Amino acid sequence: MKHDPVDVLIIGAGASGAAVAWSLAETRMHILCLDQGGWMKPSEYPSTGRDWEAKFYGDWSTSPNIRGRPEDYPINDDNSPIKVVNFNGVGGSTVMYTAHWPRLHPSDFKAKTLDGIADDWPIEYDTLVPFFEENDRMMGVSGLSGDPLSPLTHPPMPPQPLGLSGPLIGKAMNKLGWHWWPSDTTVATMDYEGRARCINLGHCTPACAQGAKASTDITYWPQAIRAGVELKTHCRVREILTNEHGMASGVVYYDKDGVEQFQPAEVVIIACNGVGTPRLLLNSVSGRFPNGLANSSGLVGKNLMFHPYAQIYGFVKEPTDSNRAPPTCLWSKEFYDTDLSRGFVRGYGIQFGRGAGPVFEAVASEQKGILPWGADHHRVFRKLNGHRLAVSAICEDLPEEHNRVTLDPVLKDSHGIPAPKIDYTISENSRKMMEHGLARGREILETAGATDICINNPIPWGGWHLLGTARMGTDPARSVVNEWGRSHDVKNLFIVDGSVFVTSGGVNPTSTIQAIALYVADQMKQRLANLFD
Amino acid sequence: MSVSTELTAAQRDDLRTVAAMIIPASDEYKVPGADDPAVQSDMLATLGRDTAQVAQALDHLARLAGKPLAELDAARRDEVAREFRATGGVAAATLVRVVLQCYYRDDRVLRSLGLELRAPFPKGHVLPEGDWSLLDPVKARSGNLRRAP
Repeated sequence: MKHDPVDVLIIGAGASGAAVAWSLAETRMHILCLDQGGWMKPSEYPSTGRDWEAKFYGDWSTSPNIRGRPEDYPINDDNSPIKVVNFNGVGGSTVMYTAHWPRLHPSDFKAKTLDGIADDWPIEYDTLVPFFEENDRMMGVSGLSGDPLSPLTHPPMPPQPLGLSGPLIGKAMNKLGWHWWPSDTTVATMDYEGRARCINLGHCTPACAQGAKASTDITYWPQAIRAGVELKTHCRVREILTNEHGMASGVVYYDKDGVEQFQPAEVVIIACNGVGTPRLLLNSVSGRFPNGLANSSGLVGKNLMFHPYAQIYGFVKEPTDSNRAPPTCLWSKEFYDTDLSRGFVRGYGIQFGRGAGPVFEAVASEQKGILPWGADHHRVFRKLNGHRLAVSAICEDLPEEHNRVTLDPVLKDSHGIPAPKIDYTISENSRKMMEHGLARGREILETAGATDICINNPIPWGGWHLLGTARMGTDPARSVVNEWGRSHDVKNLFIVDGSVFVTSGGVNPTSTIQAIALYVADQMKQRLANLFD
Repeated sequence: MSVSTELTAAQRDDLRTVAAMIIPASDEYKVPGADDPAVQSDMLATLGRDTAQVAQALDHLARLAGKPLAELDAARRDEVAREFRATGGVAAATLVRVVLQCYYRDDRVLRSLGLELRAPFPKGHVLPEGDWSLLDPVKARSGNLRRAP
């Protein structure tokens, strides 16, 4: 079935799709967003039930391969030590994230100039500042302004309490003379824009039943829809079609009944992040674009960057926050910038973990061999449970073309669309960075008095950050989109998600992804008269 | 509560035996073992998507034991258990996780741990503010963001 054309068609209703939809709404254009998932039901979120922890291993796993909801598509990540995690539905992976909210640093946009590696971005940090600020207001950020080692932010809400775990970490960091600071997070610490304040459900990652954690289904989308944006759910886009002029003409998608539809559009915006976006482009093959859409550079799907997470944790005598608080509350930028004496280039942010619930603790500790079977189980469990502190080094991954997303020749989703295949290895530079992070993490934990120290190197199901697979740049031979998100090859096709990242920095990327989406929307609004020139 | 019919009687027997090996009852902590009927019933009723992996793990366990686990002497049972955990892979890990996730939501166990018998929502928890003066040395630290010249 063919529908009436829309002015702007957005594919994906997650972090970036919601932001770009909201921003463009003021143009009064006919804007339609298609998402393969549906609206979330907070009354069904895990923390509403006694089996809240068990759900994390099944229906509410961060892995789409384990979760296997109808909205999910399978991902062949057998050839990667880091497995992809995401969430599909209105809100996308903002429904299922830790709400940790750092920004990329100014230096992250200049890796080539500063360190002679990778490439500089075609935009600078300062270009994004107004969009970071706007996004922080829209998402509702809590934090403490004035961090001496982070970009200046102005969170509209105060930081989360330090709780029991924060002071233990802070004291250790002070003894070592190392930087730490309360994290900016998208957890509302007071009632904010219709959202209730955090009541410390503790199980933030698999969705917040209180609505205190910002996800775009409860932040951007209600406002975008009120402003006239149309959002159709359970619509999975198969491919983007082009016309005889080489312009995108619309998309083919499967509706909620599985019926194939064609939606014509004047402008197409892709917001499917670093795996979904290249998957869609590579599946949009035609005579004019035999290697996939927007792929004259051959870089669609290449330069995949995760953040390899090197995690170390231990157990202190004092009680920690366990599952009675948001999982993250502090960060450190002590090792963020390049210091070649460490044996690697670039650096990492540190994300501290407050603790875990009893089931998670039992399962993880048994797997690590520190929680025995038999009579001693009870004594050891009481020593571990409620006493965990964790340190995670979020290591900057460098862009390497052999790390890539392609289409799996065999595996398909429920609509018969080829699944993405991940080929990824951790580089030598990242390995050295991870080892450094673990060594420093051990110092922190031992200074805090922790014992029974364990590591996850990398966190295997830690592929939260999906970056770089349709990078931005001014050179069409070296990039997929230009400096304001428009495809070099298809002049009415835009990309606004994490795939446009040139380098990855060493922090969680969602804040920067959304700032870029707002920036691209702003560029589009400024150029409406000559958008396709 | 419905009972899973997807495990055989022999598998259910071995599940009960191995669960008790993982977590035996304790008079000291006043808690049941993971072979407790209520915990076992919870496991069987909520196996769901884990049923195939747990069944596979129990088959592996049966092969290692050669007869019902409960009929082995203690030393041999421990030997089989060690081999099961070392060689059982994802299936064994799933079985252990199922035992743990059902055990650590049992009312008697949570009570023994001093935890409340409820879902996190809607009551939540109260978090102490903590000592913010700890941040003073960091605030006093000078910092310049690295920038390109």
